[in-house]
Amino acid sequence: MKKRSGTFYLLMVPVLLWLMLLIVIPHLDMVYRSFRFETDDWEMVFSLNNYLTFFRDQIYWLTFVKTALYSIGVTFLAFVVTFPVAFYLTKVVGKQYSSFMTLLLLIPIWIGELVTVYGWMILLRDNGVINTFLINIGIINEPIEMLFTNFSMTIGLLYMSMLFMIVPMMSALDSLDDSLIEAASDLGASKWTIFSKIIIPYTTPGIVSGGIIVFMLVIGDYVAPNILGGKSSLWFTEQIYNKFLMSFNWNEGAAFGFLLLGLSSAIVWVALKLSGQKLEKVGS
Amino acid sequence: MIRSLPCSRTYSAVYRFYITLFYIFLIMPLITICVLAFNDSNFIALPWKGFSLDWFFANTNERLGLFKDVDLMLSVWTSIKTGFFVALFSTLIGTIAALLFEEEEFRFKGPLYFLAISPLVIPGVVLGLSILLSSTNAGTYLEATFGLDVELLRPSFWLVVIGQFSFGATYVMLLVSARLKKFDRTLEEAALSLRATRLQVIWLITVPFLRPAIIGAFVVAFLLSFSNINTTIFLVGSDPTLPVDLYARIKFSSTPVLNAVSFMIVAFVSLAAIFGFVNNQKNGNS
Repeated sequence: MKKRSGTFYLLMVPVLLWLMLLIVIPHLDMVYRSFRFETDDWEMVFSLNNYLTFFRDQIYWLTFVKTALYSIGVTFLAFVVTFPVAFYLTKVVGKQYSSFMTLLLLIPIWIGELVTVYGWMILLRDNGVINTFLINIGIINEPIEMLFTNFSMTIGLLYMSMLFMIVPMMSALDSLDDSLIEAASDLGASKWTIFSKIIIPYTTPGIVSGGIIVFMLVIGDYVAPNILGGKSSLWFTEQIYNKFLMSFNWNEGAAFGFLLLGLSSAIVWVALKLSGQKLEKVGS
Repeated sequence: MIRSLPCSRTYSAVYRFYITLFYIFLIMPLITICVLAFNDSNFIALPWKGFSLDWFFANTNERLGLFKDVDLMLSVWTSIKTGFFVALFSTLIGTIAALLFEEEEFRFKGPLYFLAISPLVIPGVVLGLSILLSSTNAGTYLEATFGLDVELLRPSFWLVVIGQFSFGATYVMLLVSARLKKFDRTLEEAALSLRATRLQVIWLITVPFLRPAIIGAFVVAFLLSFSNINTTIFLVGSDPTLPVDLYARIKFSSTPVLNAVSFMIVAFVSLAAIFGFVNNQKNGNS
């Protein structure tokens, strides 16, 4: 091994400190705490009790499964909703409009989740904008109950996450050469063939990175389920939050946190394997 | 279906209609908040009762406007301070990490790089709770063994900064790395062969080249910090950041002052975006 210069260590040490102190040790700590259990005589022992609580109590694992399925669903929905927009902005609309329209997409991202979720809360209330509008034009007589349901939660989750998918898809579409599509069209391919044989395979890396970002945002989100979801639509992050800050049972909270981390990592891993992508690519 | 290919009128019309719907969906919540911020009413939603600036400037028993609400102004200030320090530390360490992973070769580079990007796939809640756990553990240990009471390790301003930094540095690293990949290495080699030290090369040649990316990354880190709540909520002490404060108000005591705050955020972001856009157009690159 060749001799290292001092500069190398100047770069290496801060990065190691960051990763060890703030990523590795805290997560090891979380795993350790998740196996600790306080007995009736206030003694800390090693035990699987925290995990057993999770499986014994129906509400916990039902929420867990629901969170997983909903997150996958919202990710898929985000793709369906935003792909046409990404395609429109890169390939269809004139260049002079597309940069301004892209800018509009970025504004809600910068505004932040809390404000936009709050906006949806005002829109969807019983005396909110949408209900008032529908009553005034005479379509309905009674307000439709939209807030505090799975519907309002899905809207909130979709709104705050979907724009993160457009950006990677647009950069993938941008590098797709138009002449490929023209050639296929000249040779008589239908729109559907062009879409499924050229556009989708070419943009898969963008779709996968965008999808993973959306999925992680949704599964780890606390605000949209909590503010828009109401009592009937619990989210697993809310359970973790309650364990920590309401019932102060940190050991169980750690176990739940570890389960959430395991779940999200497993789903991301499967998505990467299925699409033949690498996590290193997702970052770039 | 693309610019150069003709397509049927129905197809274009339907497509354009969908895009319009999408943008209405996108802008609707923002417009609503902005309009209702000026509603002369004590409730956050409709009906519209006339124009008023009360929720910005009033200070009566019934109405406390944004600029007269000391707690709210304090949490805005806390958020700005937090954002500044998070951006500063993240930019520093993130840039160092980018230089390390792009320019150096060493053992365990792969696993370390994986760790460095792992905050992308760790839910923010998990990051927050694990940092809370280990900082509390460290605090208890220091107090029991050395009798030291370290403020830093309890939920507080600095613990929030540390928690947000732990993922902010990842985003900075990715943004700076992307620019570093376009860097012409021969410049560095030339400087090295002219007897510059490695540190001088980094400081005088590489960093100036990276400057636009570093400034951009600083802004991104600030925005990440300013809007973060999932991680922050576990680490926050007695001085809430703006999102934590807003969250508590939405949950427990919503008054239209929330609309006024939201309006200010929307207005600020939109102006900043338009300013950046116009600036970009002037410089001739989009």
